[in-house]
Formats: sequence, structure tokens, C-alpha cells
Amino acid sequence: MKRRLLILTAMLLVACMGFETEARASSVDEGGGVNVQHIIFEHMLDSYTWHITKIGERDVAIYLPVILYSKTSGWHIFSSRRLHENGGSYRGFYPAPEDGAHAYKLMEKMPDGSMVRPIDLSLTKMGLALLINSFVLLLIFLPAARWYRKNRGNAAAVPSKYVSFVEMLVLMVEDGIIKPCIGENYRKFSPYLLTAFFFIFTCNLMSLLPVFPGGVGVTANITVTMFLALCTFIAVNVFGSKEYWKEILWPDVPTWLKVPMPLMPMIELIGIFTKPIALMIRLFANMLGGHMAMLVLTILIFIGFSASVAMGSSMTFISVVFNIFMYALELLVAYIQAYVFTLLSAVFIGSAQVRHHGD
Amino acid sequence: MSLLVPDSGLLFWMLISFGVVFFILAKFAFPMITKSVEERKQFVETSLSEARSAKETLAKVEEDTKALIAEANKEQGRVLNEAAVQREKMISAAKEEAAEQARNTLEDAREQIRIEREAVMLDLRREMAALSCDIAERIVKEKLSDKQNQMVLIEKMLDEVVKEGDAKEVSLS
Repeated sequence: MKRRLLILTAMLLVACMGFETEARASSVDEGGGVNVQHIIFEHMLDSYTWHITKIGERDVAIYLPVILYSKTSGWHIFSSRRLHENGGSYRGFYPAPEDGAHAYKLMEKMPDGSMVRPIDLSLTKMGLALLINSFVLLLIFLPAARWYRKNRGNAAAVPSKYVSFVEMLVLMVEDGIIKPCIGENYRKFSPYLLTAFFFIFTCNLMSLLPVFPGGVGVTANITVTMFLALCTFIAVNVFGSKEYWKEILWPDVPTWLKVPMPLMPMIELIGIFTKPIALMIRLFANMLGGHMAMLVLTILIFIGFSASVAMGSSMTFISVVFNIFMYALELLVAYIQAYVFTLLSAVFIGSAQVRHHGD
Repeated sequence: MSLLVPDSGLLFWMLISFGVVFFILAKFAFPMITKSVEERKQFVETSLSEARSAKETLAKVEEDTKALIAEANKEQGRVLNEAAVQREKMISAAKEEAAEQARNTLEDAREQIRIEREAVMLDLRREMAALSCDIAERIVKEKLSDKQNQMVLIEKMLDEVVKEGDAKEVSLS
């Protein structure tokens, strides 16, 4: 227990330090003030290079491949080091302004001077983080699965601590969320929901890891949460039962609510879309909020020091204390959000599996 | 604003990573784990019920054994009792027989003694008679040597005889 506490404390310290070095590297703008928006955007948005840290004047970064397809000039594949060397632009591609819809994303300059977004399949920081997280996820589950395959048919085999831990996690989700929410038909959806839960949970935890393979908040990215919500949308509506569609298109309400003006069916139809959108926004906003709070608390130190040394020192103390609190809270949120996403997905799927209404 | 705009490139990478993870885990990991857990649950259940039935059987056997032991104990008591009774009976019978034997022997001895005594008495009487006759002869021989004495004796004898006769008459009457 003591040792675990020590490890946790060390992790928190490293986390704060990580954020601080990151923040220091990019905090000071031309006027010498602190550009809060820039720092936050730099951390929360995707980027073509994975900037890890700065040792002295040297950047330690992973330069990722940029893959672009332009309708006019075809495929462009190059390392993001080229962008770095050329001040952000390369081969007629320029980064979009920070306040636009595609902040920092590469735009192609057309002959007529207009900027067009090409099809961008670059393996970005978040893309790589997704791959790493997936790899970690497989690394956790496949050894356990191998044990089960080896001991197939031998029900008396005693699993190791590691295998029983994985089993505990899986059963926690399956028995605690999936079975009670979906009901008898749960088997078909169990693999998706389990994958979603552990994918989100792993990504959340990895995003809290302050050093290289972690630290990227992929679940705080709307693309990732949108994809997950889309999967739930498909699971709900593609596998929905006849009764589910009947309840949407012809619900059990007084006829005048349905006949001249299909009020209730309209509301139900909108509901089909609002549910996954709520899922998407909830996960995204929660993870983004937590990361932003931690960033802002760290930035407070720089704002304090830009005022005075005394101010900066006291801000450092406050910031560290609050960051420790936030970190603990984020650990909790990492689990809760994965749980909530899976729970609500299971509830929506379960509500689309209605069989005999009212008897 | 750019935070809220989904990006097609990342969507592509998300599709790949989530798709691969989903495919692998859904094919190799989760069904294996849940199936194994179910099998184990089944195994535990059957083991438990088996253990329960075995326990019941054991209890029954124990009960049977107890009953058997109790019956054996009862039998033992009965046999012991019977043996004791038998012994008593045998002893008393033997005693009786012995007593009877002894009595018979005693009776026989007594009879023998009586017969012998009678024989001895008879002998003695005969001897006495002969002896007394002899003595009487001698006394009479001596006494009858002088006349006077003879007379005195006759008188005395006569008296005695008479007295005896009187006494006899008296006793008869």
C-alpha cells in the first residue's frame, strides 16, 4: 500500500513536471506574455509531429509521415520533418490559421490563391497514439486469452493472478453492465461493448500518462468519440428489432399525435440521432475538460511568474496541489466515462431489442 | 472551433485501430474468456452438487453404521443377560444336585450305621447274655456253695420276680 502510494505520488510529480516542460517550451509568445489559447490548442489538437520534450535547445520529437491526396496534384507522402525544416509549409501546403475550423492542419494553396483542404490521411500524433493504445490493449488481453485457449475444456484450471485480474475486469463489464442492460440477447453485442469499454478506458489512462507513449488525449478528440458513437448508433439501429422500429414510427400515443402531423414519430426519429450525439459529446467534453483544467492550472504558474516572483511561487504551490487533486479526479473520470459510455450504449442497444411490449 | 471539427484522417486511423482491436478481441479474447468463465461456473456448480450428494451419502452411511452399532450393542446385552441367567440356572441346578447327592449319601451312611449298630447291638446283646449267663453261672456257683446263701438268694430272686410281675400287671392295667 505504502509503495503503491509512493508510485502514485511519483507519477503525479512526473505528470506535473511533464506538463510544465511542455508548457515552458511553447508558452512565451512574441510579447513575452503567456498565450494560454495557443498552449491549450497545441496540447489538445492533433499535430503532424509528436513533440515529446525539449532538452536544452534540441527538440525531442517523433516526425510522423504526412499523407495527403490533392485533387489537383495527386498523392504527397513526406515526413513532417520537412514541415519543421521549412517553417510549417512544404510543397505548396500551408498550415491553416489557429482560429479557423482546421487549426494547424495543412491546406493546399490553389493556383487562384484560395486554400483548399486536401484529403489528409497523415498518421498524426493522435493516430499514432491510437495505434499505441490499441497495441497496449492487445498486449493486456491477448496473453490472458492465450491462457484460456491453452486451458480450453479444463474447467478446473486455476488462472494466474494476471489472468484472474483480466477476467475480473471483463466480468465486471459483462455482468455489471451488458447483461442487465441488454437482457437475454446480450451475447451478440457483448464483444463490441467490451471492446468499447476497454478501448476508452485504456485511452483515458494512457492520456493521463505524462511521458511518451501516453499523454495524448485521444478520447478528448471529437473524431474518436464520434467514431465510437457511430458504432453504437449502428449497433442500436441495424440490429434493432421490429418492435423497436414500430415504436419509433407508430408509437403507443393518441392518434392525433401521429396522424395529420407525425409529431411523436418526428421526436422519436430525432431521438435516434440525439442519443449517439450525446454519447459523443459527453465523452469528448469530459476528457477535454479534465485535460484543460490540468493545463490551465499548470499555465497559472507561468502567468504568476510573468507578474512577479512571489506571485509565481505561490501559484506554483497552489497549482501543484490542485493538479494532484485534478489528477486523482481524472483517474476516476477515466473509469467513469468509459463506464458511462458502455452503460448508455448498452441501454440504447437494450431498448432497441424489445420483443413483446406490455405483456 | 477546430476542437469540434472531426477530421477524416484521424477517423481513418481510428477505424483501423479500433477495427483491428475489435476484430482480434472479439474473435480471440472475449468469447474465450466468457466461455471459459461459464464453463468454470458450470463446473463449480456440478462439483458443489456432487459434493453435497456425497456428503448426504456419507451422512446416511454414518447413520446406518450408528444404527448397526446400536443393534449390536443391544444384541450383546441380550446375549450377556441370557448367559448370566443360564449360568445362574446351571449353578443352582448343580448345587441342588450336589445337595441331593450329599443327602442321599448321608442317608445311606445313616442307614448303614443303623444297620451296623443294630448288628453290633445284637452281637453285644448276645455277648452280654452269654457273659451275664457266664457270670451268673459263676456267681450262682459260688453263692450256692452254702445252703444259707442259696436260700437267701432264692428268696431275693423270687421277690424280684414277683415285683416284676406286679409292675408288669400294673403297667398292663
